[in-house]
Amino acid sequence: MRNLLITAGCLAWLLPFAAAANPTEFKLDNGMKLIVKEDHRAPVVVSQVWYKAGSMDEVSGTTGVAHLLEHMMFKGTKDVPTGQFSKIIAAAGGKENAFTSSDHTAYFQQLQASRLPVSFRLEADRMHNLVISDEEFSKEIKVVMEERRWRTDDKPQALVYEQLRGVAFQSHPYHHPVIGWMNDLENMTAADARNWYRSWYTPNNATLVVVGDVDPQAVLKLAQEYYGKIPAQPLPPRKVPVEAEQHGIKRLTVKAPAQFPYLLMGYHAPALKNPAQDWEPYALEVLAAILDGHASARLNKSLIQEQQVASAVGAGYDLIARGPSMFLLDGTPSEGKSVADLEAALRVEIDKIKNAGVTEEELQRVKAQTVANHVYQRDSMFYQAMLIGEVETAGMSYQSLDTMLDKLKAVTAEQVREVARKYLIDDHLTVAELDPQPLDNVKPAQAPKGLHHAN
Amino acid sequence: MPIKLVLAVFLLVQTGLALAAPKIQFWRMDNGVRVYFVENHDLPLLDISVDFSAGYSRDPADKAGRAALAHHMLARGAGGLNEEEISKRMADVGAQLSGGFDADRAGVGLRTLSSARERDQALDVMARIIQQPEFPESVIQREKARTIAGIKEAETQPDHIAAKTFMALLYGKHPYGLQSSGEVATVSALTRQDLQDFYRDHYRADNAQVAIMGDVTAEQARAIVTQLTAKLPRGNAAQPLPPVALKIKAETRRIAHPATQAHILMGIPGIKRDDPDYFALYVGNYVLGGGGFDSRLIDEVRQKRGLAYSAYSYFMPMKQEGPFQIGLQTKRDQADQALAVVRDTVRRYVAEGPSEAELKQAKNNIIGGFPLRIDSNRKILDYLVAIGFYGLPLSYLDDFSAKVEKVSVADIKAAFARRVDPDAMVTVLVAADGPAK
Repeated sequence: MRNLLITAGCLAWLLPFAAAANPTEFKLDNGMKLIVKEDHRAPVVVSQVWYKAGSMDEVSGTTGVAHLLEHMMFKGTKDVPTGQFSKIIAAAGGKENAFTSSDHTAYFQQLQASRLPVSFRLEADRMHNLVISDEEFSKEIKVVMEERRWRTDDKPQALVYEQLRGVAFQSHPYHHPVIGWMNDLENMTAADARNWYRSWYTPNNATLVVVGDVDPQAVLKLAQEYYGKIPAQPLPPRKVPVEAEQHGIKRLTVKAPAQFPYLLMGYHAPALKNPAQDWEPYALEVLAAILDGHASARLNKSLIQEQQVASAVGAGYDLIARGPSMFLLDGTPSEGKSVADLEAALRVEIDKIKNAGVTEEELQRVKAQTVANHVYQRDSMFYQAMLIGEVETAGMSYQSLDTMLDKLKAVTAEQVREVARKYLIDDHLTVAELDPQPLDNVKPAQAPKGLHHAN
Repeated sequence: MPIKLVLAVFLLVQTGLALAAPKIQFWRMDNGVRVYFVENHDLPLLDISVDFSAGYSRDPADKAGRAALAHHMLARGAGGLNEEEISKRMADVGAQLSGGFDADRAGVGLRTLSSARERDQALDVMARIIQQPEFPESVIQREKARTIAGIKEAETQPDHIAAKTFMALLYGKHPYGLQSSGEVATVSALTRQDLQDFYRDHYRADNAQVAIMGDVTAEQARAIVTQLTAKLPRGNAAQPLPPVALKIKAETRRIAHPATQAHILMGIPGIKRDDPDYFALYVGNYVLGGGGFDSRLIDEVRQKRGLAYSAYSYFMPMKQEGPFQIGLQTKRDQADQALAVVRDTVRRYVAEGPSEAELKQAKNNIIGGFPLRIDSNRKILDYLVAIGFYGLPLSYLDDFSAKVEKVSVADIKAAFARRVDPDAMVTVLVAADGPAK
């Protein structure tokens, strides 16, 4: 805040530009990208480091290592002993965590804005100084196996989703789950984790996103001080296969303890790659909202309220991904109805759109919701940072967030119908069904002999 | 313009040094409705929550699920609009309806843009939902069937089985032991008349509060409250709930289930929201099982032994004594090992209390993290609702840090000794292999 008068003069002069320049983007000499978005509504800040390394970068046999490494990042470094990372952030009044997806691994801290240096010091340190000891690894891999049981193995619908992706994607690494196959976790070693860390944890593979009550130039200086000194290193080649052409509908069944069956249908569909030129992904996003964007949207109204063939139903599509996307439909049949009844009813709704299209009224409604959501997002600094990190890590610019809003607003009814006709076809479809098992008929899953970890 | 900018920059630096809690305006309308309002024009947003003492603790056991279904039906036909019209009118202006519902409270929430067209249309629909629900018979039948399906599905899942058993053992015949959605038999028997009666008895002005956060003036806020509540009848502020029996029978219940992981819950009836021990227990529980990697439970169960992904404890203070709950999930053949670790950790903590260093760490996090609690409109709205609903002082947020700072090791030890008897707890294990031979 030195030279207040001069700053003010400059600001007035640069005002139109300044308004357009929030967020501000920088690149450190080592290739690390920094994006700062000012939000002065509260004296707090969120800092997120996004690594372009997720489960899609894993190879068969070590699935789950991206997520396992995320856990190991909370252990010690050469300078910060085991367990101290979280203690120091907590003592500064901070909240911290991390998340791994198929596309990325990201770490974050939320703090009073004045304590941002605490975050930068620790996060930069573990970017290049992490110590993965055999002892810490052997405990943490057990924690991750518990996480897998909790997230997937004992959750029937999560199991169906995992199996659907495993069948829908054969050559593309979206085939395997982020948490990893249990057998891969059982065979994972500390060396696998070290190898992953050495390969991907480097500043030229990272994007730092800071949102909050901060001055971008001051953040840049701080970033140069802490992150700037970490040397860049060459990244391994990324060999990501294109999913092999599907030649017909695929079907699968998952048995698990449950009361009702469940249906999940996934159509291969493209993700956004060129925000300014693509139009299909926007039309697919609008299509999902027309089907399921509010309590009486098409699917809810027709399947739950009128036909009463489903007790729950949904549609979903992710616009942003490094790899391909899927258009998903799911639902639980009403008591007395079958999965086949539900699938038939969903297909009727899809056919209606292919044949008769959507109405202007539906289109306008989705656009009104999109515009409102764009404002609602601004109530959360964390969410604003998430959007920037996701878009950047998927290979696009944060600036395309504005483009995306404009393009969504420009989608036409004919485009919605066209993407339904092009992508929602059987040759792109995988159908997964949960076959519910009575509780007393299911044997508890047994771990394979010889793989027990010593306590 | 330049001068204004200088001022803005300067003020921001100031607020960065000492954060004032938002200024809460409180008033009571002529019809008895209590209003909690924070005016803020930073974003073109308006958040509202209208809350009634109409949670599931108002259900008798043979009508369990009634309060939840009545609440669920509010937006499914009201003021001459059917459910589809309600949903479309909200979506047409990008507005979002929500509704908090728990043992104590039934709420109707709205998030909308504050621009006149959007705001007015959303408020018009919200006003009908709160004041003129119609409970259409055909929709009731359909939603009953969906509720029953949901109950049946949940009762096959280990987390739900554990939670349901836990609450029943903790609260016995007290309504806190009921299920929010009810039971298959009780929901099947509910009639339209039941729902209308419940609505008439509980959705009353004297039983209502309105929290408003965002881009309107106090004058506009007053008009909004009138629009949302003027048609509610007077009278019948909620009767106090029956007292909770705090001394319960220590018991360990094992329930067979094929899951790969055992779900373990332990606990005892805890505290009321306005309890004088609230801060001592809140800060003390940070050290035991509320403070993530700072907590003893995570340290013993996860960090040292790798027995679980999550292990926690919390007090859930309610109108009456809500539960004190400890929970974790672990591979079914190590359930007893994990349980022994938890019991030992709790016993030692209750006997010894935290160390001075642990207490300092807890305070640093809670006080240092205070600005994060009020850094968005939505978070501030949630505080307005809690302050109103539990009768907390309007200065609650201003006093928060000082109250935390005042807690001593001795306070925590004394409060835990009064409230948490490790030998008098209920323990529920679902899908645990039998006790080690």
